[in-house]
Amino acid sequence: MIRLSVVSKRFATGLLAVSGVDLTVEASEIVAVIGPSGCGKSTVLRLIAGLDSPTSGGVHVAGRHVEGPSRSVGVVFQEPRLMPWLSVERNVSFGLHGEETAGPVAEALARVGLEDFADALPKELSGGMAQRTAIARALVTKPPVLLLDEPFSSLDAFTRIDLQEHLLEVWGWYRPTMFLVTHDIDEALVLADRVVVFGGQPGTVEAEITVDLPRPRDRTDLAFHAFQDRAMKELGRSSRDRPDRVRPPGRPPGPPTRDPG
Amino acid sequence: MTQTTTVEPRDQLDPGASAPERNGKSGTPRWVLGLIVPVVAVALWEAGARAGLVSTRLMPAPSDIADTLAGLAADGVLFEHMGSTTARVLVGFVIGATVGTVLGAVTGVSPRFRALFDPTLQALRNIPSIAWTPLFILWFGIFETSKILMIALGVFFPVYLTLSGAIGSVDRRLVEVGRVYGLRPTALVGRILFPASLPTYLIGLRNGLGLGWMFVVAAEFLGASQGLGYLLVDGQQTGRPALIVASIVMFAVLGKLSDRLLAWSGNRLTGWQDGFTPKAPA
Repeated sequence: MIRLSVVSKRFATGLLAVSGVDLTVEASEIVAVIGPSGCGKSTVLRLIAGLDSPTSGGVHVAGRHVEGPSRSVGVVFQEPRLMPWLSVERNVSFGLHGEETAGPVAEALARVGLEDFADALPKELSGGMAQRTAIARALVTKPPVLLLDEPFSSLDAFTRIDLQEHLLEVWGWYRPTMFLVTHDIDEALVLADRVVVFGGQPGTVEAEITVDLPRPRDRTDLAFHAFQDRAMKELGRSSRDRPDRVRPPGRPPGPPTRDPG
Repeated sequence: MTQTTTVEPRDQLDPGASAPERNGKSGTPRWVLGLIVPVVAVALWEAGARAGLVSTRLMPAPSDIADTLAGLAADGVLFEHMGSTTARVLVGFVIGATVGTVLGAVTGVSPRFRALFDPTLQALRNIPSIAWTPLFILWFGIFETSKILMIALGVFFPVYLTLSGAIGSVDRRLVEVGRVYGLRPTALVGRILFPASLPTYLIGLRNGLGLGWMFVVAAEFLGASQGLGYLLVDGQQTGRPALIVASIVMFAVLGKLSDRLLAWSGNRLTGWQDGFTPKAPA
């Protein structure tokens, strides 16, 4: 469903964010990308979303070359990014153009448990409710691909677990392909079929862990702990491999970070 | 916590700012507090005039001013003057605000138009607009056209500057949501950029209106036969300070009323803002 082949992205500042990324996500698969901050995981998500274009390599979604944002790809950002002047209902219907809105909006709101808050304004919502509205907005068009960029990282632990459950319910609803960027190992292991460990500078795929645990997953389970240990080890290795975390802005990358392509 | 809640109870919602503004303990409405200082000042002034402490020849007592206003109102002259001044401000405001809105929106949205127009407009802005008066009179004559264009020029700059700046500072992340949903440039302006800049734009409109009232005085000083500005000049030339102060009072009333009207209609459109609202003093 999603295919990245030898993708590199260099920003206008000269910073090489990701390099040589090969990654495939199957239809209806949930893939989580974990890695230290600044390793380019969000950059990869933005390339799939069509918000940025790669410097080299190819990005394909549903067999088509990504040239820009598309209706078949929904995005949930780290912040809710709701239009503060629109009610919850009208925020959710934001992506619907001139079609029947009432039905899909009601369905999407029900999926995230916000049917009673259709008329509320964003300023009246808690952080978790605002993020659920953002998820409903991404879902309303039922995009076959759903991209989530650290969607729960600014929420408290209870709300986060709650929303993770909601997300799995959403997946069960129409089984979209999900690509989730997170820095929370547990979140990745609870949600994903496969965890991709990102690391290095520039970022690239360091390891892949297939999580073959049945759902719902128990965070206190021994088998779950085994996966946690494995993910920690892979992450530790990828952080040690990173040469120099800090580079003065605007300087071209030094020899250890040269673009191989 | 024994279970994770999916729906927060209603009472956790922000109650909003719909409660009437009241002074917490005594329950005095805020507008009453606002009246204390002017009422006391007018009372002291009146008392001072009657006691002979203030020279009423130069500084008429509040009662004299009230008499003057009542006299003007009785023969209906007052309303004619107020009407012609208000009409000038209104027409000038509409013209200036329209041109300011169009140019502000275009330069705010398009970097190319910004590069094209903004340097010139910024340079022109530094000329005190009243300096254009003699030229305007030469070009458009002494009658209504030059007056209205003076006012429009005064209104134009704050509207242009605030709208252009407000669009430029709309949250990039909201604009990105528009990109995700494939909004075309016109839809982006209508559905994200304009609503997001609306609160700042309204401040620009209010500033523009304030300048409109300022410029109407300048315009009416220069050869008008009607209007509150004409009354000011008339009062000076005929040595009637009460008439001058009466005109000033009417300017204050009209300016305040029009500003409240604009602010009130604006607030109805921008109630979604989650900004800082100072609480009434305790």
